[in-house]
Amino acid sequence: MKGLLKFITCGSVDDGKSTLIGHILYDAKLLYADQEKALALDSKVGSRGGKIDYSLLLDGLMAEREQGITIDVAYRYFTTQKRSFIVADTPGHEEYTRNMAVGASFADLAVILVDASQGVLVQTRRHARICSLMGIRYFVFAVNKMDLVGYSLSRFREIEKQIETLSKELSLANVKIIPLSATEGDNVTVTSKNMDRYKGEPLLTYLENVDIDEDETEDGFYMPVQRVCRPDHTFRGFQGQIESGSIYAGDEITALPSGEKAHINTIYVTDRKVSEAHRGQPVTITLDREVDVSRGCVLTKDTDIPVCGRLRVSLLWMDDEPLVTGKEYLVKLGTKTITGILTKIHHAVDVNTGEKMAVQTLSKNGLAVCEISLAEGITADTFKNHKTLGEFILIDRVTNMTSACGVVLETKRQAQQTNKASFVNGDIKARGDIFEEFFYDTSSLSVLKYRSVHETYTIGDTIPLTGESYSYPENFDILVLRDNTAVTVRSGKIAQIISFDEYTYTGVPVVNGRGFEILVFSQEDVKRFFAEYDPEDPEFFRRHMKFDTYRKVAFSGSDK
Amino acid sequence: MSELSHLDELEAEAIYIIREVAAECERPVMLYSIGKDSSVMLHLAMKAFYPEKPPFPFLHIDTTWKFRDMIKFRDETAKKLGIEMLVYTNEEGVRRGINPFDHGAAYTDIMKTQALRQALTKYGFTAAFGGGRRDEEKSRAKERIFSFRNSAQAWDPKNQRPEMWKLYNTKINKGESIRVFPISNWTEKDIWQYIRRENIEIVPLYFAAVRPVVERDGTLIMVDDDRFPLKEGEKPEYKSVRFRTLGCYPLTGAMESTAATLDEIIEETLSAVSSERTSRVIDNEAAGSMERRKREGYF
Repeated sequence: MKGLLKFITCGSVDDGKSTLIGHILYDAKLLYADQEKALALDSKVGSRGGKIDYSLLLDGLMAEREQGITIDVAYRYFTTQKRSFIVADTPGHEEYTRNMAVGASFADLAVILVDASQGVLVQTRRHARICSLMGIRYFVFAVNKMDLVGYSLSRFREIEKQIETLSKELSLANVKIIPLSATEGDNVTVTSKNMDRYKGEPLLTYLENVDIDEDETEDGFYMPVQRVCRPDHTFRGFQGQIESGSIYAGDEITALPSGEKAHINTIYVTDRKVSEAHRGQPVTITLDREVDVSRGCVLTKDTDIPVCGRLRVSLLWMDDEPLVTGKEYLVKLGTKTITGILTKIHHAVDVNTGEKMAVQTLSKNGLAVCEISLAEGITADTFKNHKTLGEFILIDRVTNMTSACGVVLETKRQAQQTNKASFVNGDIKARGDIFEEFFYDTSSLSVLKYRSVHETYTIGDTIPLTGESYSYPENFDILVLRDNTAVTVRSGKIAQIISFDEYTYTGVPVVNGRGFEILVFSQEDVKRFFAEYDPEDPEFFRRHMKFDTYRKVAFSGSDK
Repeated sequence: MSELSHLDELEAEAIYIIREVAAECERPVMLYSIGKDSSVMLHLAMKAFYPEKPPFPFLHIDTTWKFRDMIKFRDETAKKLGIEMLVYTNEEGVRRGINPFDHGAAYTDIMKTQALRQALTKYGFTAAFGGGRRDEEKSRAKERIFSFRNSAQAWDPKNQRPEMWKLYNTKINKGESIRVFPISNWTEKDIWQYIRRENIEIVPLYFAAVRPVVERDGTLIMVDDDRFPLKEGEKPEYKSVRFRTLGCYPLTGAMESTAATLDEIIEETLSAVSSERTSRVIDNEAAGSMERRKREGYF
């Protein structure tokens, strides 16, 4: 059983979440004496007159105290004899749904409050839906304020039925229902004397004993690479956290997306050299041979994780600006960040009722099932199969806001490979983006890119001069700025793959790494071009390059 | 396979965060205050990148009023571990003679808050690790692990970026910077238990010893050097004391204790009757004072 349980509490504005957590801390005498003093003081200005208001323990921001509501997640810490706990107390109001989702993404278990006098409300349904979307698999429904319904068992049974219906609807696993009173302390930390016909344990006892790992089912080993550790030329280690499974020195692993295989030489768990490592541990792994692995790649063993070009996702929109289909966002998934386009909203989902709706756009706190097209293949899987590779955020490229978060429902495979160099001559390598296809996507009304050629070419090889959206001359030079490499093509064959230092202009047409014509007509021009190189400055492109000399935009559907 | 312990899990979370920053942020720095939380942070950074050294410098904001033992410890630690330790002092404040005895809140603002802002600007750091923990104070309990500051280094608590799973968004606009709190989820108890488990060296002031102190407004202040202005008739008493937090010596309350080993400290901490920030004089002001300071750019 896990020594640390992270859980969230959610409920609507007056359900008494903060009071419940305040009471657990208070009852268990887990408060430091001076915090108690501060609390008694705070209560004088609090909402319950002179009586201690437990919720003041949690609402920490000045605006929250003034308005008497929770705006953002508050984290609290306590330990009992059995376990350590981190509680994320989350806001219940619909306006702050995204803050609730923050707490839910952090937690293993959700405690959802239901007011006994009101039963399951739209808020309850919203909270359960968000928790379930964020991957919580354990639920406690705390039927609160039992004191206000005279501790009526039949009322409790009624609500129990409502909750069971909701659980079925959302396919919630592991549901526990407990009647309690947070203000009076019934079934919070001790069994209530007012509800002796309820035979279950109090909330805290349940939290102390629940085993949240029992249905852990991810296949094999996988570790998204956070960084490459290179203290000197002799050591090249891949650092990351093991997301599932175990590895042993000598194991054969597969690096994705390249698909290259290698054996594990050494494993370090932090600064300790070990012979095996397991889920959750931060490791550094060295391999027995050189493979093409950098940040964003994933090391795997015994898994079938795909490399995908498109994803069907379920997402929560979190930005004040509404979702725009066809707009390019940064997609962060695992340790990889690449550009992607939200090509289509299949349907929105009413966060309260679950009803599907056809929409053109989505505003803040809206849920929807969407399609994302990625600029290049990404190692991803469904949230169900490999959780960490099925979670993502979208980042607005201009404001840098985290615009949405979501989970992968379905992956659409791409042929293996993407990062392999296309031009190789010993140590000198360059990317082959000149073979990218630019096409107009008829479903999203946007221009997208797609790369279908996965070959590696070296000196003497014939290259495909013509594609759907490009056509290069027989003789031309390619200056791949990102790799500092020049490739010269003569009669459709590769003549040279050399570093920039060795390159001289000979009068044939010149293109950049993406196949745009570079407007140079002398060695002097080439020099100036190199000197002014700034990949992020559109003015540099305008001054020196022309898109449509050898390229055009082709028509294509989104199945491309 | 055995489950990770609760400390293992906290350690893994912190290391993940530290590595993410090193991989994604342009110019990170780790703030180093010489206290026990900083010692834990430094230890985590050493472990996160092993066998490489942390790929960023450490920064100490020296108010010139730190305990002498702290400065000695800082210099020895930096030398022993071979890390880059930057020390920054607000020289303008020194010239103006700003000190904790005469200038109260202005001292903290000028020698700490402003000094930090100046240092971050001077070196162009875009991300700064801090050792803040959410169990320390109410507004901190609400702060994200990646906390954004506008170009005036101020925090906007009502509009924090959502932070989902482990997918930290480290993108910033020009002029903005990030504070990163890898040990947000640790409690004081976790810190002490981790120090014991990992044998982390900490400043000797945390252990009880007989030291010269005077009592001011119910707080024991150590007379660490001859700049301490003794009032008429005031004489330092020798008492067995230790410190739960370390800062500027005139502003740091000592507690009477005989706990001279880690086990004794942990024992005393777990049965403590007051949480650690009571010994920091600056926190005992009006409710919400920390939040106000953070909005103004306090770390």
